[in-house]
Amino acid sequence: MTFTFDGQPIAAEPGQSVAAALWAAGIRSWRRTRHGDEPRGLFCGIGICFDCLVVVNGVRGQRACLVEVHDGDVVEQP
Amino acid sequence: MIRYDVAVVGGGPAGLAAAAAATGGDARVVVVDAAPRLGGQFWPHRSGAEPPALWRLRSAAYHLPDAPVWFAEPAPTTGFRLHTPAGIVTADRVVLATGAHDRSVPFPGWTLPGVVTVGAAQALLKAHGVLVGRRVAVAGAGPFLLAVAAGLATAGADVVGVFEAGHLRGYAKHRLPSAKLAEGARYAAVLARHRVPYRRGHAVIAAHGTDVLEAITVAGRSRERRIDVDALAISYGFTPQVELAVALGCGTHVDRDGSLVVTVDADQRTSVSGVYAAGEITGVGGADLAQLEGRIAGRAAAMKVLDPGTRRQRAKVRRFAQAMHDVHRRPSWIEQLGDDTLVCRCEEVPYAEVRKAIELGATDTRAVKLLCRAGMGWCQGRICGPAVAELTAHLNGRPPTRDDHAAFANRAIAQPTTLGDLAGQ
Repeated sequence: MTFTFDGQPIAAEPGQSVAAALWAAGIRSWRRTRHGDEPRGLFCGIGICFDCLVVVNGVRGQRACLVEVHDGDVVEQP
Repeated sequence: MIRYDVAVVGGGPAGLAAAAAATGGDARVVVVDAAPRLGGQFWPHRSGAEPPALWRLRSAAYHLPDAPVWFAEPAPTTGFRLHTPAGIVTADRVVLATGAHDRSVPFPGWTLPGVVTVGAAQALLKAHGVLVGRRVAVAGAGPFLLAVAAGLATAGADVVGVFEAGHLRGYAKHRLPSAKLAEGARYAAVLARHRVPYRRGHAVIAAHGTDVLEAITVAGRSRERRIDVDALAISYGFTPQVELAVALGCGTHVDRDGSLVVTVDADQRTSVSGVYAAGEITGVGGADLAQLEGRIAGRAAAMKVLDPGTRRQRAKVRRFAQAMHDVHRRPSWIEQLGDDTLVCRCEEVPYAEVRKAIELGATDTRAVKLLCRAGMGWCQGRICGPAVAELTAHLNGRPPTRDDHAAFANRAIAQPTTLGDLAGQ
């Protein structure tokens, strides 16, 4: 199955989280911080740290490590 | 709406053991869990690939998935009400088995993408089938490092080393259970087969890279070494998730590893009548201890008689857990901070700002938090809380207290939730 990240098509396996699928595609960060403009991606991997926030199908503030990715999902940087 | 006799919060080793022990007879038991699948952080797995240890703990208890409890309160007459996005659960008695997450310590470069917790590396591999990196360092403190490093090496990662901060002195002093020794030996054999060095008394003191991790600096007894890696999995033990217990008014204390934990009696009763606690939230001790505590809490909560053997076993395993805390001691980490090292990742608060708050007169964690915003971001101090508590105490020239840690565990809303859910309940 395939989803898009900022318009770029990415392959994923059923059951994978958005973060895992991005990571498998070699993408290590998908947002920049408000103050320092630093890249952030996965850190705790279990929904605690909120570093991996991402926009999924227009819904903001989703934790990429918890949200299961589905075919055709549109994922964007916040 | 069903009123349960026992509601167990958390579907990990402690919670599942509690539910299994409470079920039977005519007790109505529910497991309320944040995740879509049971197992907690100890048994992360892909859909349909349940580890055998997990299904052995399956019981007839009702399972409410995708239900993080964001608020717990006493019900109007007796019992408790647990608010979740999947609805309100009402029960006469509650077993809290909310587990723990990796404990992180700030160091220069720890916010670089590619630096993750050991638990994240494990979850990526076990729950999603993804390797955290090609050249990976595993670091921090605790027996969990061995298990994860062995898993990564087996899955094909080039593990450049396991860097354990503890000197592991005193292992010989403690009589280790033979099952634990065998488990450790198994991991050691895997690491040896893949030629992964295991270095005691070594700590990762910096991560380097511009927009992504490229290398780490490892400090040993007398020298520092730079190693190229594309991933670093690093954690110093675990932080128990005690928010719900604190919200319900349960007594807490600081455990041997510096964690805030729920105080329980011989039957895993907390200081609040009808509330029991089991597993990591009563003291980090691993899955075996969690299951024993869960079994005791479950039987007590369901008003069932307990065999004394389980209590004896718990005492034995708990002694071992306490010994592990001494052996895998967290090193002092404050000296390694630079002025610009972020302490709070969410609010991007550097060490210099935390120090300034204390220079301005903040003597407790709450004041530090209000002055510099450390711990006020999305994660609400779940990641930086223990570090800020230790920093506050250190810079004020005293040891950390219960109150230092409790300042971050005190959250009326225990889980991130939507305004819609808040308004609806």
